[in-house]
Amino acid sequence: MSLSSKKILKKRRFIEKCFKIFSILITFSAVLLLIILLTHIIRSGAQWFDWQFLTSLPSRKPSRAGIYTAIFGSLWLMMTTVAFAIPLGIGSAIFLEEYAGKNRLSRFIDVNVSNLAGVPSIVYGLLGLAIFVHYFNFGRSILSGGLTLALLILPVIIITTRGALQSVPKSIPFAAYALGAKKWQVILFHTLPYALPGILTGIILSISRAIGETAPLIIIGAATYVAFTPESIMDEFTAMPIQIFNWTSRPQEDFHSLSAAGIIILLAVMFTMNSVAIYLRNKFQRTKND
Amino acid sequence: MRKLTSCKKYFNFDLSFKLVVGACALISIFTTFAIIYILGSESLLFFKEVSVSNFLFGTRWEPLLSPQHFGVLPLIAGTFLIVLGSAVIAIPCGLITAIYLSEYAGKKTRNFIKPILEILAGIPTVVYGYFALTMITPVLKNIFPDIEVFNALSGAIVVGIMIFPMISSLCDDALNSLPRSLKEGAYAMGATSFEVIFSILIPSALNRIISSFILAISRAIGETMAVVLAAGATPKLTLNFLESIQTMTSYIVQVSLGDTPADGIEYKTCFAVGALLFIITLVMNIIGRKVSKRFHKGIN
Repeated sequence: MSLSSKKILKKRRFIEKCFKIFSILITFSAVLLLIILLTHIIRSGAQWFDWQFLTSLPSRKPSRAGIYTAIFGSLWLMMTTVAFAIPLGIGSAIFLEEYAGKNRLSRFIDVNVSNLAGVPSIVYGLLGLAIFVHYFNFGRSILSGGLTLALLILPVIIITTRGALQSVPKSIPFAAYALGAKKWQVILFHTLPYALPGILTGIILSISRAIGETAPLIIIGAATYVAFTPESIMDEFTAMPIQIFNWTSRPQEDFHSLSAAGIIILLAVMFTMNSVAIYLRNKFQRTKND
Repeated sequence: MRKLTSCKKYFNFDLSFKLVVGACALISIFTTFAIIYILGSESLLFFKEVSVSNFLFGTRWEPLLSPQHFGVLPLIAGTFLIVLGSAVIAIPCGLITAIYLSEYAGKKTRNFIKPILEILAGIPTVVYGYFALTMITPVLKNIFPDIEVFNALSGAIVVGIMIFPMISSLCDDALNSLPRSLKEGAYAMGATSFEVIFSILIPSALNRIISSFILAISRAIGETMAVVLAAGATPKLTLNFLESIQTMTSYIVQVSLGDTPADGIEYKTCFAVGALLFIITLVMNIIGRKVSKRFHKGIN
């Protein structure tokens, strides 16, 4: 080997090593970023995070303000969203997967669903404002907010449910058909239960997305000051992300710390839901391999 | 038995089940048409009062002041600043992370990094807004002392952080979907990993990689809360990252936070801006998916 080609080889190996180290640095900066984000939030929020914060109403004074109404608002909101989004989402997925053949209509719905998944959430807010708040006259109620969020997460639920239905082995419906079951019985009692863990994972992940959605709720005009917990679906409401936004947009430092305390709760709820989803996914994969 | 058959005569479960799930599927079509109808009809009302060319090419956006000006260019410029800044951060970092995950990382590292990226992708945008305002902006203030409290740079950085996991996971999928033989052929010729990645893998997966950039940029355009909290509400035509700006999305939020009557022109401007936003993101999403489909044809 000549001297110059040895030099070239050395240079190539050097570039290789540099790039590898560089890529490790970049990747682990994402980890570092998450750590910085979480410690920053916990450090500023911990001082306000106590029982009184959880059980108090919003207030002008930071020392007396709490997130009680926002937690209940979010709970009501999520129940409404889920009540509409789950049946509609699973129903659409069943239709697309089991009934719609490969015709023009099913391809149109297919493209349509993936386009809807990419629509910015603020546009769903405008849709909810025009249809639910003004046209149906539901006002700025939990029902309007829940329906808006349901439309927002519907594409995600449809896509993940279809994936779960696709992964059901063909032998399951065939066995049921062989025993004389009708198509609706096969789907409802055999295919759907088999796909359930996958469907649940998708639903939980989409709820954990919905619970942090802020923009659509602001657009439909969710009130930022509500001094009562909602009692019916037609009541005005505030929700956790709205309360956090409200506190963050105030200039006083104390309110920023309050919003950090609110963020701690929001993230805790989301992490719990995500862990449940991951647990289900792993368990599902294991049973499928057995 | 007779009872059952007579029951069947009155109620066909199979057909009604099909109809019910079919109706569910129609909801998504209905949603699309509702979005198009609402944005279209309200924008039409707006364009009766303001001409389309004034809207698209006007350089002053002052709908809440009098005299009113309805030139959307300042909002587009603000959105462009955020997109540019976030893309400069997220595209190289996202691609390099994807390369590390698919080419260098062992299984254990992968299983550690992937959930962290998923967590970063799942954090609500309002939390990122808080982070930008209370963490990134003070740090930037130390570097650029004359930076404004609300500035485009902080918003762009935080949007970059938000779209980075999306780019890295899509690019990771793209790199992993390549046939092993491509890679192994190059290694057998004595290439280093760096050479394999940049002269074989990335060119082969280029369409899907570019598609992931387009989809991520489309998400950055529609990003709302982080930009509202970090980048301010001052519509202006500027390329200075240190100033307060306003994006299309944050204008809609600003109007919604105030008490505007449902028949006023301010209310209609929201829908006109929303229509523009919808069209831009829809076109980008369609292009993004088309580009990625071409890859499939090429590889087969």
